Amino acid sequence: MFSRAYRAVVTVPPLLWVTVFLLIPYALMFCYSFWMVSTSQTIVHSWSLANYRQLLTVDVYWQTLLRSMWIAARVMLFSLLLGYPLAYFLSFYAGAKKDLFYQLVIIPLWVSYLVRAYAWKTILGSDGVLNTLLQYVHLTKHPLEFLLYSPFAVVLTLTHIYTPFTFLPIYASLEHIPRNLVEASSDLGASPAQTFWRVIFPLSIPGVLAGATFAFVLSLGDFLAPLLLGGPSGIMISNIVVSLFGAAYNWPLGAAISLCMLVLVVSLLFVSERLEKKWSFS
Amino acid sequence: MEFLVSATNGSIRGSRWLLLHSVFVFAFLYLPIAVLIVYSFNGAGVGGFPPRNLTLDWYRTLFSDGAIWESVGNSLIVAAVAVVIALGLGIPAALALDRAQFPGKTLFRRLVLLPLILPGIITGLSLLMLFNEASIKLSLLTIVLGHGTALISVATTEVFAGLQKLDRAQEEASLDLGANYWQTFLRVTLPNLRLSIIGAALLIFTLSMDEIAVSFFLIGRDNTLPLEIWGRLRRGITPEINAISTIIFVFSLVAIVLWYRLRRSAEGSPEVAAELIETAVQGAES
Repeated sequence: MFSRAYRAVVTVPPLLWVTVFLLIPYALMFCYSFWMVSTSQTIVHSWSLANYRQLLTVDVYWQTLLRSMWIAARVMLFSLLLGYPLAYFLSFYAGAKKDLFYQLVIIPLWVSYLVRAYAWKTILGSDGVLNTLLQYVHLTKHPLEFLLYSPFAVVLTLTHIYTPFTFLPIYASLEHIPRNLVEASSDLGASPAQTFWRVIFPLSIPGVLAGATFAFVLSLGDFLAPLLLGGPSGIMISNIVVSLFGAAYNWPLGAAISLCMLVLVVSLLFVSERLEKKWSFS
Repeated sequence: MEFLVSATNGSIRGSRWLLLHSVFVFAFLYLPIAVLIVYSFNGAGVGGFPPRNLTLDWYRTLFSDGAIWESVGNSLIVAAVAVVIALGLGIPAALALDRAQFPGKTLFRRLVLLPLILPGIITGLSLLMLFNEASIKLSLLTIVLGHGTALISVATTEVFAGLQKLDRAQEEASLDLGANYWQTFLRVTLPNLRLSIIGAALLIFTLSMDEIAVSFFLIGRDNTLPLEIWGRLRRGITPEINAISTIIFVFSLVAIVLWYRLRRSAEGSPEVAAELIETAVQGAES
């Protein structure tokens, strides 16, 4: 029904743009990761595996990567623990108030990411809201120091940011479950717990996977929350990349780390997509 | 019937815990926002409980702070241009995915959508390397290009979802009745996609106003608002940031309410953002 010219007009410009601003930059990142910085602080276009060798042999790089994955895994877990029951409650028990509650979950997303991270900083600091409150009601005599500038602060803040994102696809998948399946299950004598674990939960797995992947991947690459709230013990892999592209001036090594992250993310997406296909019944 | 009754009793007990949990999650989600707003009026600055000496001083300081307003202006310009770029390429991209076959289509779809789920640092750095190799100086223009490129994904997802709901017969009728492709696009396709496009534009505008991870690497001399805030945070905490955030929050609230009114009147309850995340993860299977 659509002519060749029509198809060319809608295809060529986005294709060109994507090639120039996405494909070529990723390719450049790939190239950079094999280049070097000379002693006179210029980037030499000579190819070697030295950057990758460094990644494998210098402990701080892969240790930080592992720590970032551990932080991201905790954020994912807590977001699911907070987001899933909330989605379940909204979808099955909230009745007419459903839409209102749904908007209430979305609204925090409209407050800037940076500003919410900053708000947590003002809450957790040693003369912050929480510590002064605890002293005001005489629960503690001295400020609790572990609250801010720790992996705890990073996990808390990122969980706060990604819980609504985890909630959304779970809620959508719960909403798509035909209600007569649930009725049939209880008519046939299943207890509410059985109905949940054997009917509702399996049908919501695609949503859980989407939410979990989103939370994990985006917290893994975060560098602002660790800079703002993490302190030395909360440094994540992206912070190393930022410093390599800044003061430490070693773009090629930074590119090598970024490329590893890119590969990691794309493989995670691949796995998650496979699993989702396996679990979707429609 | 007895089964149903016992099931309901069990679920009422269960639902009490769920209700409690939900109240807790809402408290967790809103606590920082409440703190942010309350302390924007606190005479003693940020932190310290209880808040004391309520004042509008921070708003007064804010309104006479030239640098902040300059960065707000920059952000508004960047966001507006990003909307134009993302829609200008996202609408054709969605049309191409919906109705054209070409080699590399799957790769194209995945590439377009990748920035949705990729940590901003990777998009930002890869573009930084491009601009560096092409000897392009960093400025607001490079930020606009970064935002535009990253947000084509949002435009494509939204418009593609709209196209899936579109009734092809209307376009066929228009073509049969002698309208050319351009007329059909302008008078049939585009009006039918109106809501998706407005929704995409609002979302892109907001995301661009808030964007920092990509901008962080592409910034030249002029700051956008999030980068201006970032710069101040590094120097220390100031209630001015609470004040500007409160103002932006109120504006966003107004925008959301307007948008939902519009959307509700057209097609019932919205699930825009959920669609977006699922597409991001699944690479938009079509």
